[in-house]
Amino acid sequence: MIENVSRRRFLQVGLAGGVFVLAAKVAPDAMHLVALADEPSAPAPLQPSLWMSIAQDGTVTIVAHRSEMGCGSRTALPLIVADELDADWSKVTIDQAIGDPRYGEQDTDGSHSVRSSFELMRQIGGAGRAMLIAAAAEQWNVPAAQCSTEPHFVVHKKTGRKLGYGALAASAAKLPVPKVEDLKLKDRSEWRYIGKESNSLFDLSDIVTGKAIFGMDATMPGMVYASIEHPPVLGQKIVSFDDKETLKVPGVQKTLTLETVTPPHLFKPLGGVAVIGDSTWATFKGRKALNIQWGPSDNSSYNSAEFRKTLEATSLKPGKLVRNVGDVDAVFAKGGKVMEAEYYTPHLAHASMETPVAVVEYKDGKVLAWAPTQNPQAVQETLSNVLGIKKEDVICHVTLLGGGFGRKSKPDQVAEAAVLSKQLGKPVKVVWSREDDIKFDYFHSTAAMYMKAAIGPKGLPTAWLMRTVYPPIASTFDPASKYADDEMGLGWNNLPFDIPNQRSENGPADYHVRIGWLRSVANIYHSFAINSFADELAHNAQKDPVEYLLELVGPPRIVKLDLKGDEAEDDKTYPVDTARVRRVVEMVAEQSKWAKQKKMAGHGFGIAAHRSFLTYVATVVEVEVDHKGQVTIPNVWTAVDAGTIVSPDNIRNQFEGAAVFGTSLALFSEITATNGMINQSNFNDYKLTRINNAPRHIDVQIVKSDKPPAGVGEPGVPPFAPALYNAVFAATGKRVRELPLSRTKLV
Amino acid sequence: MVRFKVNGKEQSFDGDPEMPLLWYLRDVAGLTGTKFGCGVALCGACTVHQDGKAIRSCITQMQDVNGAEIVTIEGITPTHPVQKAWMEIRVPQCGYCQTGQIMQAIALLKDNKQPSDKDIDTAMAGNICRCGTYTRIRAAIHQAAKELA
Repeated sequence: MIENVSRRRFLQVGLAGGVFVLAAKVAPDAMHLVALADEPSAPAPLQPSLWMSIAQDGTVTIVAHRSEMGCGSRTALPLIVADELDADWSKVTIDQAIGDPRYGEQDTDGSHSVRSSFELMRQIGGAGRAMLIAAAAEQWNVPAAQCSTEPHFVVHKKTGRKLGYGALAASAAKLPVPKVEDLKLKDRSEWRYIGKESNSLFDLSDIVTGKAIFGMDATMPGMVYASIEHPPVLGQKIVSFDDKETLKVPGVQKTLTLETVTPPHLFKPLGGVAVIGDSTWATFKGRKALNIQWGPSDNSSYNSAEFRKTLEATSLKPGKLVRNVGDVDAVFAKGGKVMEAEYYTPHLAHASMETPVAVVEYKDGKVLAWAPTQNPQAVQETLSNVLGIKKEDVICHVTLLGGGFGRKSKPDQVAEAAVLSKQLGKPVKVVWSREDDIKFDYFHSTAAMYMKAAIGPKGLPTAWLMRTVYPPIASTFDPASKYADDEMGLGWNNLPFDIPNQRSENGPADYHVRIGWLRSVANIYHSFAINSFADELAHNAQKDPVEYLLELVGPPRIVKLDLKGDEAEDDKTYPVDTARVRRVVEMVAEQSKWAKQKKMAGHGFGIAAHRSFLTYVATVVEVEVDHKGQVTIPNVWTAVDAGTIVSPDNIRNQFEGAAVFGTSLALFSEITATNGMINQSNFNDYKLTRINNAPRHIDVQIVKSDKPPAGVGEPGVPPFAPALYNAVFAATGKRVRELPLSRTKLV
Repeated sequence: MVRFKVNGKEQSFDGDPEMPLLWYLRDVAGLTGTKFGCGVALCGACTVHQDGKAIRSCITQMQDVNGAEIVTIEGITPTHPVQKAWMEIRVPQCGYCQTGQIMQAIALLKDNKQPSDKDIDTAMAGNICRCGTYTRIRAAIHQAAKELA
């Protein structure tokens, strides 16, 4: 059982025990640091965004306000604080934040935890260090400027005196918090943790001993279990159901119905029949004995094979303009050689190893939830809407996540548990089976892309048109949405190619299943089309694909983009820099000894490069294709420029994992639908990469950079599939333009 | 009534004889280090040892563990060389599948002191890691084998 102790105890101790507690208050226009100890009467600091405290025994507690789903955010953010605080990492403990807008935005998605919080984390640690130094200086009666720190101590070198952080905590807490502009943060050469090989996950030991608590492991006293038979087709209502046999199953207590969801689907419960019991097993078994008659749904007409034709037909018609440079029509009208290609990618399911799960207690109009969620504030908002209570009355604790990949930003299962708990008057643990997870996901969109290029001198394009069509994620929030405006930044409005005439477009599409974001999102299909087409052009030009790619990218420059909103803001700090694209391409060519590889039958190398989440990545994949058409991957090389990095080994692990994730979607995985029902159900028919068909060696090299930090969780995925497909072409001469490869017979 | 041992301690169970060992361990015994992943022996997250052999607890019914000695990740003490190697190589990302991976790897090294890459692939092919830590898993097993030798 998990107790709600950490945060509360922390606060109580913080106030009663004279412990140094520092909170950052983020105002819209400026940030102020406030010492909680200055406001002893306040029950909690106003709008604290990020916290840290030092106990008298020297224990430093740092709050992680982002979720841990395997990308390392929960370790990386506190490491940054600890570095600037000059804390001894072995004396640091991490307190996982509950959902609370006072922490600022908490959605652990978009590969932005480190980049969005990097400076703030440094300031929190730096302010703490300055206050500890000031406290020691006061005690020694020496100027603060004469004092320095070594891990967990303030030192006065002249006299050889030193005082530990624990001993200084109480007096430091009474001092004013320095202004941000007065902080003297470390020079990057002084960093002890940021960028160091020695960093490892805070939870590593708990993970390998089975002590780590995931959402699946959370319990509450007096709770019951629930498993829900969802409508097989989105929007189907229950006409009638018979639970006689279900109620005979040992351990089953009762059944309850949940209202069928209506658009917009948001993160609302899907509906269905919930079986309540005294163990997960009883509810699973009870569900099998249910007999439910389902009503009609508009989505029953959804057949993904038919839908593909619709997407492809749309991709051949002019769409909404996304980005225009020069005049592609004028070039195409002149005649001359033109190349065209169409690409297709299917729906995907996230299939985190931990299925959706949550434990929720609704009591007296208030909710206590424990969930493996990427976004505890989305839990607050969703439960507030579904139950008609205030957001502040939803306390959401975040466990470790057994994988997330975007699925766990969508807390529909938490809402199910909340609704059931309200009906039952006791805590409820909802556990999704693997079949539930695969059939009722917020699916990665299926997409069709159309590409066209006019080929000029030296085989280089003089005009490039690209059009993409897929049901947008926005449809989950507004059923009228047909265009993917919010997804164009994922590789469709920022092509870094040096082509005088370019146009990218987006065509409309309807949705028939819930659509959501999945690790690297639309970059998957966008990168697949762009990098495959670039390779097709290279071969047409009879040029080496790496050299050709560098020619497409062109000379080092900042690419001029026409962006709006957040993307325009990002573009100021993180402009598209072709020198960085070139560097990762050149680096990966060297890693893979690209130029020295000899041509062998059934053996090939492919390259792809893609910038996503502000990180530049190039990947070379080596494949072997045997006489049966079986593909194996002896080697993968990846070069990464993610700017300033925190934990290099974790980043290598992320990019190794991205190659495996990429192998799954490139070779095996697809979700299809017939009459509105999802055809796949478990790992037998939704295939994932296993150790015996994963890339055998994966070499990840990281560009040394002092540029601002960028994303690492997602950017490894987009270049993988096209690099693999380009390698398959090199090995077999077969150009495959759809995912996954298992759909195509290679021999 | 089913009688068996879990991590050396005598236990008995008189509930639904069809209940998989996985759910007994998790929901009844509170040993949550053994994970649910698929329910049909396709992913290996639920791997434990029954009489020294790696089994999938999600398809092992309680009526079939009578007289058996079950060891879960909680029963692996002190820290096993496989766990040490897992930490040194820094295998885990999310960590959810890793207890199952570790139980499978410990069983492999019991039978095969010096497994080849191919032996490892064969033994570990039933354990899915969605985060994709396979190359590190292979490296960690080789390292643990060295330490055990």
